[in-house]
Amino acid sequence: MKPAPFAFHRPASLADALACLATGEARPLAGGQSLVPMLNLRLTPVDALVELRGVPELAGATETPDGAVYGALLTHAAFEDGQVPDVTRGLMRHVAGGIAYRAVRNRGTIGGALALADPAADWLTTVVALDAEIGIAGAAGTRWVRAEDFVLGPYFTVLEPTELLTAVRVRRLPQTTRWGVCKVAVKVGEYAETLVVALIDPARGESRVVLGALDGAPLLLPATAAAAGAGTAKAALEQTVAVELAGSDRDFTPADLLLHATAVTRAIAEARS
Amino acid sequence: MKLPISLTVNGERVEALVEPRLHLADFLREHLRLTATHLGCEHGVCGACTVLVDGAPARACILLAVAADGADIRTLEGLADDPRMAVIKESFHQKHGLQCGFCTPGMLITTLDLLARKPAPDAAEIRAGISGNLCRCTGYQGIVRSIQHAAAALEQAEEA
Repeated sequence: MKPAPFAFHRPASLADALACLATGEARPLAGGQSLVPMLNLRLTPVDALVELRGVPELAGATETPDGAVYGALLTHAAFEDGQVPDVTRGLMRHVAGGIAYRAVRNRGTIGGALALADPAADWLTTVVALDAEIGIAGAAGTRWVRAEDFVLGPYFTVLEPTELLTAVRVRRLPQTTRWGVCKVAVKVGEYAETLVVALIDPARGESRVVLGALDGAPLLLPATAAAAGAGTAKAALEQTVAVELAGSDRDFTPADLLLHATAVTRAIAEARS
Repeated sequence: MKLPISLTVNGERVEALVEPRLHLADFLREHLRLTATHLGCEHGVCGACTVLVDGAPARACILLAVAADGADIRTLEGLADDPRMAVIKESFHQKHGLQCGFCTPGMLITTLDLLARKPAPDAAEIRAGISGNLCRCTGYQGIVRSIQHAAAALEQAEEA
């Protein structure tokens, strides 16, 4: 199918882009790898698109002593190919290389993926695990929101229609932090059936385990993370995971529980290996 | 309202006035009559419409022509004189890498990029590399063999 007609704006600065969005009727277009398919299928009605490609404030990455700020327009391939500074000990590079297919990674952007907030998409779970901050520009300036507060539910974030996601601020992972990722998909490049990102740091007593690809926002598993960080053995850890998932406010079928619990223990095992 | 675009297609400058909703694949096929770029699913799943945009593979069905303004596009027609593509085409011919041929333009362009980034992939890496290109004849074994053959032939050609 073909998209229904829409107007198309090509702003050349962040201020221009925000002006185009000011009515609340237009939608931003980054790489278009999710939005254009939805337009082709006529699943998403839009009156106007605001193309962000020409907005210099959204491009590139800046490394700082304590981390990095990644512009919203950076493609998955830029992370995969190591074209941006890596402050996550290879985690973001690994995650980027597993997103969809190379032809999609060449166009799709980290900012676009986060703003869409498909629960099964890779970056969302990853930035929550990294406790990253999301930069959001609006009429009143830029605000920074913790990733876990940014996403409210499937395709649902704190972004207002008049605002733009500009960047992701990621803190540098300490040398003592190890990570593991477990993603299960029906085939290479498909959306995840389950996705777990585990950051384990017993030395600093800081561990985070996040489960994504749910029918809600990514789920933090603090009890599991604490057990993983404390070096709990496999059987006891599995018990902790099962109890924490069952005690969450999410509605899991028995099959979901098995799938997600397996992914959690695998990601933790990878982080510890 | 139509918008002006200016881009390079297969080395030639193209200026056009297009509707914003026109995607690049339709622009290539219907406006420029470059029909090697095939349209299968039209929502970015099948990979038949894969072209090179600024040297990197992209799906032409989910790239708006207005968003390709200023880009350098290369379709399979524009790779007719590419020596590496000649080796890949010959390998697909030799190793039965196509049946109906509908997915072949996308497979060839994906292979060109895969072997540029990863010159000696094993069978699993090839399968991962072409996982975004669907062959509904399900001729994957021949396609994987073709790509392995092309990788070896390209390596040999470069050593010579």
